[in-house]
Amino acid sequence: MKKSIGLIGSAAIAAIVAASAVADPDDNNLVIEGQSLVSETTAPEGSAFEIIYSGWRFRSPETQVLETDDFENPGMVAVEYGYELWETAAGSSGKSCADCHGAIEESMSGLRAGLPKWDEAAGKPLSLEHLINRSIKEHQGADAWKWESAEMLAMTALIGLQSRGMPLDVQTDGPMADWYERGKELYYARVGQLDMACANCHEDNWGNMIRADHLSQGQINGFPTYRLKWQGLGSIHRRFKGCMKQIRATPYKPGGDEFTALELYVASRGEGLSVETPAVRQ
Amino acid sequence: MNRTMSLVCGSAQKWTAAITVGALAAASLMGPASAEVGPDDVKIDDGVVAQPIADQPGDAAAGREWASGRKLGNCLACHAISDLSELPFHGEVGPPLDGVADRWSAEELRAILVNSKTVFGDQTIMPAFYRTAGLNKVADDFAGKTILSAQQIEDIIAYLLTLKE
Ligand code: HEC
Repeated sequence: MKKSIGLIGSAAIAAIVAASAVADPDDNNLVIEGQSLVSETTAPEGSAFEIIYSGWRFRSPETQVLETDDFENPGMVAVEYGYELWETAAGSSGKSCADCHGAIEESMSGLRAGLPKWDEAAGKPLSLEHLINRSIKEHQGADAWKWESAEMLAMTALIGLQSRGMPLDVQTDGPMADWYERGKELYYARVGQLDMACANCHEDNWGNMIRADHLSQGQINGFPTYRLKWQGLGSIHRRFKGCMKQIRATPYKPGGDEFTALELYVASRGEGLSVETPAVRQ
Repeated sequence: MNRTMSLVCGSAQKWTAAITVGALAAASLMGPASAEVGPDDVKIDDGVVAQPIADQPGDAAAGREWASGRKLGNCLACHAISDLSELPFHGEVGPPLDGVADRWSAEELRAILVNSKTVFGDQTIMPAFYRTAGLNKVADDFAGKTILSAQQIEDIIAYLLTLKE
């Protein structure tokens, strides 16, 4: 071992580690309420992966089953609350979301799969939370919700659910190109006292155990996700923040440009996977 | 032995301690006790840190603790160690550390622990446990601090040297 490290160097070692990482996502098929979802597919062009897998495939059978049945899925409580909010009049307009958008099954279908998306007025890509808050403020005439509030999580879960089963597909060219590059930079940037990048775990070591955790590819197709550890739903940006704290880095701000760029880049790494919102994880 | 004494002979008490320490150090092949070296002053040459960085020799029993503690070395996050099989969940990101004493010397292990990148290259995922320079966006609570103290590094080295196949 010692000799070979000296001789073949770290690139080769990295390659060995990466090769050994092509280990065990399980073979289970994700079927939710009778609908088959794509939890494994050929990686998008230019990807570091050959095959991409939903995080669902790395979880224990006990956790997995919670997502397959909407009565078992603990995230559905928030979805119910989301419906309530959707239909409740609020703000200076005295209107509900439903008053303007009609049936959510139609008006919001497909939205989650393509986020974050370019917004001409803002001059930048917007995440679902940004879009919701803009509509609340500008159209409904009510106060914006906090990023991680119960209302916001309920609404992002409800809207995300309208795209469940649809493949992630985000724009990365045109005005999005710079944001994609920025997100990619962040993905590979070493930060924190532990000096680690997203890629160290989720690209180089997915499939491996890091202490008690089975490292996934870090896909975000199931957000907001119900985490048993959180005992509730959490946003994509909350998850990013948690990872940064774990490596003892100062996290970026949820809703800020950095996390939005990172969200775009990570979403692009999962293109082809089904939206699973609200997913259930450990 | 002489050198050890001359370094620490401030008081009679310390002098006695130096003898014991020196004897222990000689027994464990750790070399004489020396003054603590700060993270910016550790000299890593060719994958080796020749001199101990703490003023006391490593304590293998303490090192065993540091290696398993989640808030400390947390070596188990990435490495399996059969000697710690009483603890659950050993990681598989790095190679098992069983028999590591047969593969590396104390001086090489010191370099690996201080800053693994100097041994494995920049791509390694293994954190540098005794380094503060060149890091980005370190959380305030940890800014300017090393993950492990110089003494903990020496303790872990002493522990690793007990891991023979
Ligand atoms: C985040 C993961 C990680 C942590 C935490 C970690 N290591 Fe490592 N370590 C690695 C990897 C990966 C390698 C293999 C070299 C490489 O690929 O960069 C390695 C290699 C080693 C080696 C050489 C192993 C051999 O058999 O040749 C030693 C010794 C070592 N680590 C000791 C430790 C000790 C002691 C700790 C705790 C203080 C620790 N490591 C914490 C990831 C880690």
